[in-house]
Amino acid sequence: MIINDSIVALATPSGAGAIAVIRVSGPDAITIVSPLFKAKSKKSLKDQPTHTLHLGNLVDGERILDEVLVSIFHGPKSYTGENTIEISCHGSQYIQQEIIQLLIRHGARSAEAGEFTLRAFLNGKMDLSQAEAVADLISSENQASHQMAMQQMRGGFSNEIQKLRQELLNFASLIELELDFAEEDVEFANRDEFKSLVSRIQQVLKKLIDSFAVGNVLKNGIPVAIVGEPNVGKSTLLNALLNEERAIVSDIAGTTRDTIEDEISIGGIGFRFIDTAGIRETEDIIEGLGIKKTFEKISQAQVVVYLVDSSKLSSESDRLHEVHVELEKIKNQFPLKPLVIVVNKIDQLSEADIERLRNSLSDINGASLQLLSAKNGIGVEELKSKLLEFVSTGELRNNNTIVTNSRHYNSLLSALEDINNVQQGLNNNLSGDLLAIDIREALHHFGEITGEITNDDLLGNIFANFCIGK
Amino acid sequence: MFDKEYDVIVVGAGHAGSEAAAASANLGASTLLVTMNLQNIAQMSCNPAMGGIAKGQIVREIDALGGYSGLVSDTSAIQFKMLNKSKGPAMWSPRVQSDRMMFAEHWRLRLEQTPNLDFYQEMVAGLIVEGGRVAGVRTSLGLEIRSKSVVLTNGTFLNGLIHIGDKNFGGGRSGERAATGITEELLDLGFEAGRMKTGTPPRVDGRSLDYSKMVEQPGDEVPSKFSYLDETKPLSKQRSCYMTYTSNEVHEILKEGFDRSPMFNGRIKSLGPRYCPSIEDKINRFADKDRHQLFVEPEGWNTVEVYVNGFSTSLPEDVQFKALRSVSGFENVKFFRPGYAIEYDYFPPTQLKHTLETKLVEGLYFAGQINGTTGYEEAASQGLMAGMNAALKVQEKDAFTLKRDEAYIGVLVDDLITKGTEEPYRMFTSRAEYRTLLRQDNADFRLTEKSFKLGLASEKRMRKMEEKKEKSLNFVEFLKDTSVSHEEANPILEAKNSSLMKQNDKIFKIFSRPNITMEDVKGFSGVEEYIAENGLNVEMLEQTEIQIKYSGYIDKEKNNADKLHRLEDIKIPKNFNYSNIKSMSFEAREKLNKIQPVTVSQASRISGVSPSDISVLLVYMGR
Repeated sequence: MIINDSIVALATPSGAGAIAVIRVSGPDAITIVSPLFKAKSKKSLKDQPTHTLHLGNLVDGERILDEVLVSIFHGPKSYTGENTIEISCHGSQYIQQEIIQLLIRHGARSAEAGEFTLRAFLNGKMDLSQAEAVADLISSENQASHQMAMQQMRGGFSNEIQKLRQELLNFASLIELELDFAEEDVEFANRDEFKSLVSRIQQVLKKLIDSFAVGNVLKNGIPVAIVGEPNVGKSTLLNALLNEERAIVSDIAGTTRDTIEDEISIGGIGFRFIDTAGIRETEDIIEGLGIKKTFEKISQAQVVVYLVDSSKLSSESDRLHEVHVELEKIKNQFPLKPLVIVVNKIDQLSEADIERLRNSLSDINGASLQLLSAKNGIGVEELKSKLLEFVSTGELRNNNTIVTNSRHYNSLLSALEDINNVQQGLNNNLSGDLLAIDIREALHHFGEITGEITNDDLLGNIFANFCIGK
Repeated sequence: MFDKEYDVIVVGAGHAGSEAAAASANLGASTLLVTMNLQNIAQMSCNPAMGGIAKGQIVREIDALGGYSGLVSDTSAIQFKMLNKSKGPAMWSPRVQSDRMMFAEHWRLRLEQTPNLDFYQEMVAGLIVEGGRVAGVRTSLGLEIRSKSVVLTNGTFLNGLIHIGDKNFGGGRSGERAATGITEELLDLGFEAGRMKTGTPPRVDGRSLDYSKMVEQPGDEVPSKFSYLDETKPLSKQRSCYMTYTSNEVHEILKEGFDRSPMFNGRIKSLGPRYCPSIEDKINRFADKDRHQLFVEPEGWNTVEVYVNGFSTSLPEDVQFKALRSVSGFENVKFFRPGYAIEYDYFPPTQLKHTLETKLVEGLYFAGQINGTTGYEEAASQGLMAGMNAALKVQEKDAFTLKRDEAYIGVLVDDLITKGTEEPYRMFTSRAEYRTLLRQDNADFRLTEKSFKLGLASEKRMRKMEEKKEKSLNFVEFLKDTSVSHEEANPILEAKNSSLMKQNDKIFKIFSRPNITMEDVKGFSGVEEYIAENGLNVEMLEQTEIQIKYSGYIDKEKNNADKLHRLEDIKIPKNFNYSNIKSMSFEAREKLNKIQPVTVSQASRISGVSPSDISVLLVYMGR
């Protein structure tokens, strides 16, 4: 944590709101933002007085990212005591991340946990009595940050990162061994094995970097499969979700004749709803094919919404049993996939019937139940919260690991750059002491994500594993 | 007998004590060197060699600062090798095999010629401490010798206990008695002490060996040397070492003695160095290896005694003998002295400041094995730093310390006082995070001017460094400014498998290519002439080559080191209380309270202190 560069981060809570505020602080804050901001007044931001507000577009080259309001604060009259720019942009996470990445590309650094507050404190903006609170904040944010990174990367990746870090550490030890114990009868680091490790690390890093929220989830929407028979109320449900938000993002034609995909923004996060036929057991060959297709679509989705018409449940009691069988099938095949049972048209039921349904369907393991009336808008808000909850609790585990934190994203980028340097060095038969410079940097950047420190690992590793010493 | 008060008394005359005495006296402090036996000044208690990987760099640093180790190593050398020459320049490490007796003799003669330095032979049994300040020493005869500072360099002598098989006896080194009294007194003063172990192999009669069964290991064809001064010359003739191997048969014989081994039967409880294991430890821990290297090293030009490097042991002497007789080339070996292990007292070095002065007693300094280190070079460099600081303090001048990006000596001291050590501490290049900056070729650039300003490095040394710096930098500029035509360069590039040039280019750029060397560049017109006209010597050419070929890496590490300096500038107040900082981990608070780092940077190197703890600490240092 070093004090003379400029840092950037989201100043409002993460997630989507109507607007978001991105804060840039540091000696170069104004000079970084100025060329990226085209004011409606055509005036350059650099020449504007402190504590003024400016409307204009944030641009990445020719591309307009968003229409924003920019506030200027000249140090020391700012929250941090440094030159500060606050950009009020629209609330979508996609836009937030695009802007933050643009600023990073132009010289800002992603702020460490609690760093704005730390700077405010160091610049005398806070009372000494607040020091402890500031310190607590930093330490808890740091812990949370590492935990979040590892949590988000579960589903294979956190283990993989740990494993690769350990392997890299082992190789670094082997390299040190051949440097510090060149005189001795020890095995040397096999360069071919090292090359293959380096390319494996590259692949994982690239995969993680590609999974960065902007690039994947937020851009393309989270796929949600709606499982339900025709006329169960799918369109009404989608419209209900839409009407609330009034924000259709796109209308993509389905890949098959009978599939429609709607992308809807809920709380600033895109959800892509995939229509499927039901999975009702049938003798009919064509319907049988439909069931197979439904399971394929479920497997592609990150969330499953099982939609059922409650009016049918009350009149045909057999149907309730079938629903249980069908839900069991989905759970068996996709035990980890979040599942919401949506019971539609409850406006047509009596209180007693609702109670009966609730009891019957609430004991299905790992599924959550939502009773609603798409027509009257009952329960629609709750369904939206449920969907958003899956995102924020990181429950959307699948192969597309999510890296959502800019700081971790940047650490991954730096680590990849170091690893690329190592690879280049290996190809040029560079001596181990020079390779080691980039390996150490890479280990450092891995550590920024996992919270592990490397200090004395290397020598300990050597002494534990190799017979050395005359 | 001693009515005068000395500025500095140095206790012990090994590598640390000798450098300490020389540095103190050369800085103008009246200095007394007290040792138990004046015949044994600067003994090489273990292997007859100086330098090696990371250690050679330290010897060069000692020399650049004006210490004697480099000069003495040069004049007493019997073989020179530049190790790791195939790797990057940061790894090049000079090492000599030494004439053990000549080494000690040359040290003694140099010390005798040093002004301000007196000698006295006796065992120091205690310290005079008045009001938290050291005021002199008390000898075993009851003499009190007064001084303003004391440097303790007791080596392995404090309650030294020698083990050979199931026998053990007090002693500081083979054939010499242990020193008693000091440990107990320091404990009474509140110091914390620990116990360490080290060992040494048997010495044998070279006439009894069959060298035809071993692999000869000669010195470099073109030997170099340690000292930057012209006063010493590279060797014109050298002696070879020899290499042989143990075998499964040897291991089996050694195992027969394990039940009588003090290492395995629990008699030795203290920790030895993991990187310098005894032979019994090697075959025990690495049972799958069916042979280990042994290096047969002559102990001097004329003596027949040889040192069996790699066979350090405390097994019973009969087992040592029987096992060694099974080693190829050793079938008729005759022993001069058996190997042994020694246990001794040390004082965890976290009790010291960066000047090597103790935190508890003002004016008292520790250097060498008393701090838990191992190695002549490590000891000598601490002695130099402690001796300098003891003298500077008496003269009321600023302390002299080195940072981690300035010298291996800086890394050594900082590691010791910040992290402490559980096992004998030896220097490795991997301990230095900026080793590309800490090379053996530039120790003079890094250190000579600092020492010259203090009055330790001589005028002659300073001028020599300046000339080398100026001439090599000018040569770099010349190569940056001078072009070579592609017609001239391409044949040379072709021979080196380097891609050909389409147009003329600066020599500097071609030189930067991976496999182009100074020899190739000399082939370009004008270069040889420049070298001759400006009188560039080998060192200057080497310096130029390194500056050009490794500039990218050097700059990168300089950048990283600059980041460190920002934290280095944030000082932590004395006796800062960490206990109440609840947002720091408990472990961090405990360690910080104990070690009391001077800067935030030092705090960040303490194991168990995380980056988050450092951020929190920054908050508290904010005002």
